This record gives sequence, C-alpha cells and structure tokens, in this order.
Amino acid sequence: MAPAAYVDDDFDESEIDFSDIEAQYAVDVPTTFDTAVVVDGVPIVGEAKMEKLITVIRKTFKNIGDIKENGIHMPRDPKTGMTKGFMFIDFATPEQAALAVKQADGHKFDTRHTFRVNHFDDIERFVSLPDTFEEPPAEEYKEKEHLKSWLLDPRARDQWVMMRGEEVGIYWNNKGEQPDLVHTRNNWSDMYVSWSPKGTYLATFHKQGIVLWGGPSWSKLVRFAHPNVKLIDFSPNEKYLVTWSHEPFTTADGEQHHIIIWDIVTGQQLRSFPTDASSTLGASTSQGTSTVKIDWPIFKWSHDDQYVARMTPGPQGAISVYVTPGMGLFEKKSFKIENVQSFAWSPKDHILSYWVPEKGNIPARVTLQKLATREILRQKNLFNVIDCKLFWQSEGDYLSVLVERAKSKKQTVTNIELFRYREKDIPVDVVELKQGEDVTNLFWEPNGSRFALLSQEGQNKTFVHFYHVVKPGAVKTAKKAAKLTNAEAMGEVKLLKTVEAKGINQVIWSPKGRFCVLGGVRGFQGDLQFWDIEDLQLMNTGEHYMCTDVEWDPTGRYVMSSVSHWRVQNDTGFTLWTFTGQILTRQNVPLFKQLLWRPRPPTLLTPEEQAKIRKNLKEYSREFDEADAAQTSKVSREVLEKRSALLRAWKEYVARCEDEYRKQRNARIEIYGFDPDEEDERAKGEKESLEEWVEEVIEETEEVVE
Amino acid sequence: MESGWGRTMGTTGLYDSERLLTASADSSARLWSVRTGKELFRWDTRTAVRAIAFAEGDQKALYVTDATMGQPSTIWIVPLEENMEDQTDEFLLKIVIDGPKATTAEWGPLNKTIYTGHEDGKITIWDAETGDRIKEFKTHGSVITDFQFVKNKSHFITSSKDCTAKISDSKTLKVMKVYQTQRNVNSAAISPVRPHIILGGGQEAMEVTRTDSRQGKFETRFYHLVFEEEIGRVKGHFGPINTLAFHPDGRSFASGAEDGFVRIHYFDDDYFDFKFEEETYE
Repeated sequence: MAPAAYVDDDFDESEIDFSDIEAQYAVDVPTTFDTAVVVDGVPIVGEAKMEKLITVIRKTFKNIGDIKENGIHMPRDPKTGMTKGFMFIDFATPEQAALAVKQADGHKFDTRHTFRVNHFDDIERFVSLPDTFEEPPAEEYKEKEHLKSWLLDPRARDQWVMMRGEEVGIYWNNKGEQPDLVHTRNNWSDMYVSWSPKGTYLATFHKQGIVLWGGPSWSKLVRFAHPNVKLIDFSPNEKYLVTWSHEPFTTADGEQHHIIIWDIVTGQQLRSFPTDASSTLGASTSQGTSTVKIDWPIFKWSHDDQYVARMTPGPQGAISVYVTPGMGLFEKKSFKIENVQSFAWSPKDHILSYWVPEKGNIPARVTLQKLATREILRQKNLFNVIDCKLFWQSEGDYLSVLVERAKSKKQTVTNIELFRYREKDIPVDVVELKQGEDVTNLFWEPNGSRFALLSQEGQNKTFVHFYHVVKPGAVKTAKKAAKLTNAEAMGEVKLLKTVEAKGINQVIWSPKGRFCVLGGVRGFQGDLQFWDIEDLQLMNTGEHYMCTDVEWDPTGRYVMSSVSHWRVQNDTGFTLWTFTGQILTRQNVPLFKQLLWRPRPPTLLTPEEQAKIRKNLKEYSREFDEADAAQTSKVSREVLEKRSALLRAWKEYVARCEDEYRKQRNARIEIYGFDPDEEDERAKGEKESLEEWVEEVIEETEEVVE
Repeated sequence: MESGWGRTMGTTGLYDSERLLTASADSSARLWSVRTGKELFRWDTRTAVRAIAFAEGDQKALYVTDATMGQPSTIWIVPLEENMEDQTDEFLLKIVIDGPKATTAEWGPLNKTIYTGHEDGKITIWDAETGDRIKEFKTHGSVITDFQFVKNKSHFITSSKDCTAKISDSKTLKVMKVYQTQRNVNSAAISPVRPHIILGGGQEAMEVTRTDSRQGKFETRFYHLVFEEEIGRVKGHFGPINTLAFHPDGRSFASGAEDGFVRIHYFDDDYFDFKFEEETYE
C-alpha cells in the first residue's frame, strides 16, 4: 500500500512555544510618548514654505534640546494643501520635552503667532477625563499637638537642649538639682541644633535638609528638603525659615540656587535664590570650591515677618525687599543704593538703616529710610570713614553706629553716632572716647536705654563703659522748660560708669535688662563678672575655665556658662549660676558640645496685669518658697533612701566576703605555716614603748657666789 | 639601692617586709634584702618585666615579661627558697598571654589563681596550676594602670586610662562600683579601715602645659566607696600621680608622682570620725 500523507489530527499548532523566537524579533513599541510635544499656534503655510518654516522652528527650539531626525511633523490638510497650524515635535529625551513645555509655552513666535506647547501624553489624558466631577476624598483632619505645652509646666521651669557627643537631649532646669530629662535621641542632628525664636520648634540638620520637631511628644512636625544645608535662619514670628547650602542645586528653570525660603506651617517652598559671588564677603578669587565666608543671615526679616530683604553690594548696589508670602519684590522695585555696605531693619518699625562709604567728594553716609514711602527720614554725613557697624536697640528707639575713622595714615579712631529715632527730627548724639581708646563692640540693654561699650586701649587695657541715653526732659509748662539745662532739654548720652575689665571680651545682658555678665570667652580665661547696672554694683565674680559660651535663660534668672568640645578638648561641661553670680550646679560632661535655653514667647499679660503682680509679689513669693522647700526635702529624702539602700547592700556583701575568707582559714595556714591574721593581731598588740623625757624649767634663779 | 639602669616597673614586699622583689625595664627581676639593701638574687629575662608579686606564704612569686622584641607577654611563676644558695632561676610554670599584653598581675586568694589586667582594659583570671584561662571580662575601655586587692582578696579596685576606677568582685569579675573622673587614672587603692577609696592620675606629662597648670594641681582624690561620690582632695604633687598605697593600718597613705617625689600623708583624727548622714543610721 502506498504511504499516505501523514496527517496528525491531534496536532494543535497553538501548543508550540514560539516565545523565544518572538523575544528575538520583538519590536520595541513605546508605551508612552513622553519625548513628544504638541505645538499649537504655528503659522499656516503652504507646501513651498514648509521646509523653511521647519528650519526656523528647529532654530527656535535649539536652546531647549535636540530634536530627533525627522522629529518635526506638520500635518497638512489634504484638501487645501496647507498645514493645519499645529505640529508634533519629538525630542531626544523626556527632560527636554518637559523643558519645551515649560519654556516654549507662550513663546511669541512672531507678532501674530504665539506657541502653545503641551505634552503629547497630556492630550490623551485630557481627552479621556470623565465628564462627571468626582469629588476628591476628604483628608481626615489630624489634630496637631499643642506646640506650646512646655509653658504649662506647673513649676514654670525652663527647658534647654544639650548636645553631648552624638546624643541630643531636652531637659527641664531643676536649678541646683539634676535636670529632668524630657526627651533624647541619638544622632538627632548631623551638625548642631537650633531653637526657633519663640521656642516652638527645634531644628535639626541632616544631609537631606532640615527637620523641625516640637510638641510634648517631640514628633517630626515638618521637613524641608535642602541637600547639604549648612545654615538656617527663622523669621522672628516663626512663620518662615531660610536655608542655605554652599552646594547649589538646579532649579526647574536651570539656575543654580543656594538659598530657599520656606513657609513653616505648610512646609512649602516659597522662593529660592542664588548667592551671587559678590554678596559673599571675603570670597576668594578662585572659583568653585574655595571656602566662602558668608555674612549670615543674608536675608534679614522685618520684625513682623511681613518683609524680608537682602543686599547687593558694589556699584550695582541695592536693597531688595520682598513681601511675604508671595515673595514678590516690594513695589516691583529694589532700593538702588550704590555701594551700600551693610543694612539692618529697625526691630520695631518698617525702617531700613544702611550706610554707604565715601565716593569721590561725597562723604560717607548713614541713612534711615522708611519702607512704605521710600522717604529718607534721616541721613548723616560722616568723614574719613573706614567702617561702620549698626546696632539697633531692641525696641527700635535708638540706633547706634560704631564708626571707625582714619585719623592719620596709621591711626584709626572710633566713636559712636547715636540716632534717637523716636524723637522729633531724629537727633544724633556723638559719643567719643578718650585718645588712644578704640571701641571694639557695643551691647544694648534689652528693652532699656542703656548700653555697654567694650573698648581697647593699647594692647593690654580693656574697658567697659556703661552709658544711659537720657530722654529730653518732659515739661508741662514753658516756664519749666526755660529752667532746664541745655543737656536736660536735649537729652544726652550720659556715662554711668567705667570698669577696667581685664580678660573680658563680651558683655552679655539679661534678656530682661538691668543685669549683665562681663565675660572673657572663647580663647580668654573664662572670668565672669556679675553686674547690677541699676545700682552699678559688681555683685560677684566667678570663673569657668576656658569658657566658650555664656547664655542667660529666657526669664533672666539663670546664667549658663559652658565649655564646648567643638573648641576645647578637656573639661567640657556647663555651670549654672543665679543672676547674682552664685553657682547652683557645676557639671562636667565629657564631649559636651552645646547647651541652648529654649526661648519663651513674649508674655501675654497686659502691662497693667504685670504691674499688679509686681505689687503683690510678697504673697506670690510665699507660695513659691513653700513649693521650693517641699521640693528640696523631697529630693533629699529620695537621696537619703537611695544611699541607705546602697550602704546596706555593701555591708551585706562585705560580710559575705569575710565569711568566705574565714572558712578558708585552714587552707591559709597550710600555705603560710601560720595564721597570718593572728600574727597581725599579735603584732598590733606589741606596742613599742616610748619613753619621753620632758624638761620643764619651773624656776631659775641666779646667785652670785663669792 | 640601685636596681640596674632600667625603670623599676613593679615592687612587692614579703609578708614580713624582710624581702623586696622589683621588676625592671632593664629586663630583670631582682630580690633584695630590705634591711641591708643588698641584692640577693636576679632573674634575667628577655624583655622588660612589667609586674611582679609574692604569692601568699612567700614560697613562690610571679613576674610578667613585656610583649616587645617579638616576644609575647608572658607570666612566669618561680619558686623562692629560704636559703639563697638553693635559689635557681628555674621556673615552675610559664603562661603565654595571647592577645593584648598584661600590664598588671596579682596572685588570687590562696594562690589558686592569677589575676592580670591588660592593655585593652580586660581582666583575666588564670589557673595558677595549669595555666588555663578561667575567666575574663572587659572591665575598662582602655589600658589598666593599677590593680589592688583588698586584704581578704574578695574584691579589687582597678584604675584605667579610660578616666575611671572600678571595684569588681574577684569571683565573678562583676563591676560593683564606678568612680568617674576627667583624667587618666594611674592608680587607685581601697582604705583598709574606712569606706573610702583614693585615686590619682593626670595627663601624660607632655600635655600638662596645655591645661590648668596651677601649681601643685595634681591631687589625690578621695571618694566614698559606697556612694561613688567625691569627698575630698589632697593637693601637692607637681606632676601626674603614678602610684598610691594605703598603709595596712589605714592611718596614712603614700603617693608617688612623675615629679619625682613620694609623699606620705598621715590622717588627722577627724578623718576617722566623719560620716555621711546615712551612715549614722546604723
């Protein structure tokens, strides 16, 4: 029989696995078209001009990116032969396409045509949007913790944060006793920590940015992503945060920025800025990685957080004021001030103060300018000026300018120009020191009208001068006005006292005024002098060897002097003093890095309520004394109990050891040949008897014998 | 008496203080007569001898040679003869220490064990018969500078460059008390009659000029043994204190320092009377 053609009816072709062949010949089908954009608003042209139009368009988009070969497609209406007025462009990378959408959208191609650019994929998405409006799901309201809860402490204690080694801890101040630990974390911050001005937040530094913590449970409140951030600055009312990194980041617009201003409550970035090389003082000429000395904060806040300003020095000098939260330039115009050197806000008003050095035959000037109207309120010319430093008093009542002038080729002389801002016509007092004495620093009393001048005479002599700015005499009648002396009528800057202050380089005022500490810190020996400036009395002197920092607590009751491991290797730690200079406690803390008191927000009491409390202080203080006494006795009882327990435990241990030792007596006798303890007892008994002859002359008479 | 040209690194006295053993950096250990000052015997070793101790009963002694010149840190146990003519330099047992070298060594209770303190802060207990390691514990964070037993050897105090002194139980090596300071502690001792310990130290001599170098600042510090709190200081030395010892009757103590002085202090009567408030509630 002839062989039949083989037919296998059971064979199913679909069972064969072709997957390996398929993989080999698979074509890459793109799933998204994220390199393509649609451009609308293109001039409608005929075929003849199309080539030319494409060339022009290629040139237009040259800066944005590389368009693929044949990447421009202009569809044509088959009926009219003209282009449809839109085109597709395919870029090399999705980033370039994104840039095209960002930058070219709205681009005026010519007078009659403006490009509208969109992602190709977006068109798909918009077309497929559902017609019915779907309400987005409501986010559950997460109740925030009470951020000011620490102020409710029944004993009205203050907190501080201490950084020791890698450990950061928040503590309650218990005066002389061991501080109570509130919260601690290891490696909480990569660099250092910082409080916000009213004490609500604790800021920690990390490689990725800043984190703010707070509330009774010290949870993460908000995060700010700014890689390699190095410096921060809070706005005075804690609404905004400024961060700076020496390493710039690239913005969406392709610029290199260093500074970001954030809204703290929402965590949103409001605006970012570059640090142009000219605004960093002391930058060395080589570019890039050289260490740049930066005068921080670059952005200075007005007292109410409404405005923030920065200065651009040099011939294009200006002060640029930005309005929060929009961060737009105030009235769209900076204050053009050629060669402005430094500026400062008044601490209480919207006034800018700045100084400009000499140029040609125009002398140097210090200027006070009102923000709202740009009106110059006061200006003073100064001659032969080398440098000026601006010091506002905390209430914005006075501005002190420390002026350094050139007296001759080699000599400089310093003096103070004091602007009395709140008085009519803003009079300026001039304070001069004696020959050869140079003012090195000025320290205003907070909320007060006194200030301290630190001056240097020659190499060795240091002085602290205390001054009082006397307001002009207030009189009710013209007759009395005539009786006032000239000085009383005008007000004056009166020298209260001069203190020779060897080894002192800082005056640290109490935040409530009246008291201050004269200290020699950071490279000085750590001498501390506690002064009452009301009575001009030195209350006490103390010392904290190698002291690096001195800080008052926010209530002005305590002073903390500390030695930081960042500057000194040995004997790091802190000392807590009362405002009178009595030591409450001294703690040696190895690897101690920093201790910062937690700031307090200003009191909510009205001045009348405050006056009432002061009047009734005696009654209140009785309550507090009782509470203090109860506390100390509680503490000493606890210590007593703890110690008794330790003592008992040790006595038992020693008794057990003695017991064991006695049991080994026989073994001991074998080794020694006798009982060594019995030998000791016997030897003790054998006392050497000492005879001592004491001669005492009772009476001496001399008789001459013939 | 001259102990050869090397630095004396350890001494130990016979029970009746008739004889003295010294360990020296000139690679020798010597036996002396205290009364005459005459050298009675010398053991020559290959490296410096860091520690030396009489056993209870004075029939034998141990000394520890240093880990230098390729030699490991080693404990040598040698017999002591009554009659010097019978004395040889043969050893009874040799224990080679693997790991960080020993800086101090002492005989344990009844000579059954040997305790060593090491460069890394460890304490090791060795079997004195077999040389086996019985127990070890990392008591300190840095080199152990001194090791002193109490009289009945039930516990001991160690001092270290980690700025602490600690009391540990001899059997378990458990740390019972810690005394914290800010400087290296070179020596520590327990009072035989009062619940006090003393410790002394200071920085390395080369760092002295960089710190608070008020005259005579180097002090022996007294701590309450049970409460671990400092109760007093005795000033006087011009250099870091290297060694401290209480007199067996507890009425005086001696301190030796880098300044080349040995100071002997006798306690006033009220030293023996003062008590913490808690101690009066017996």
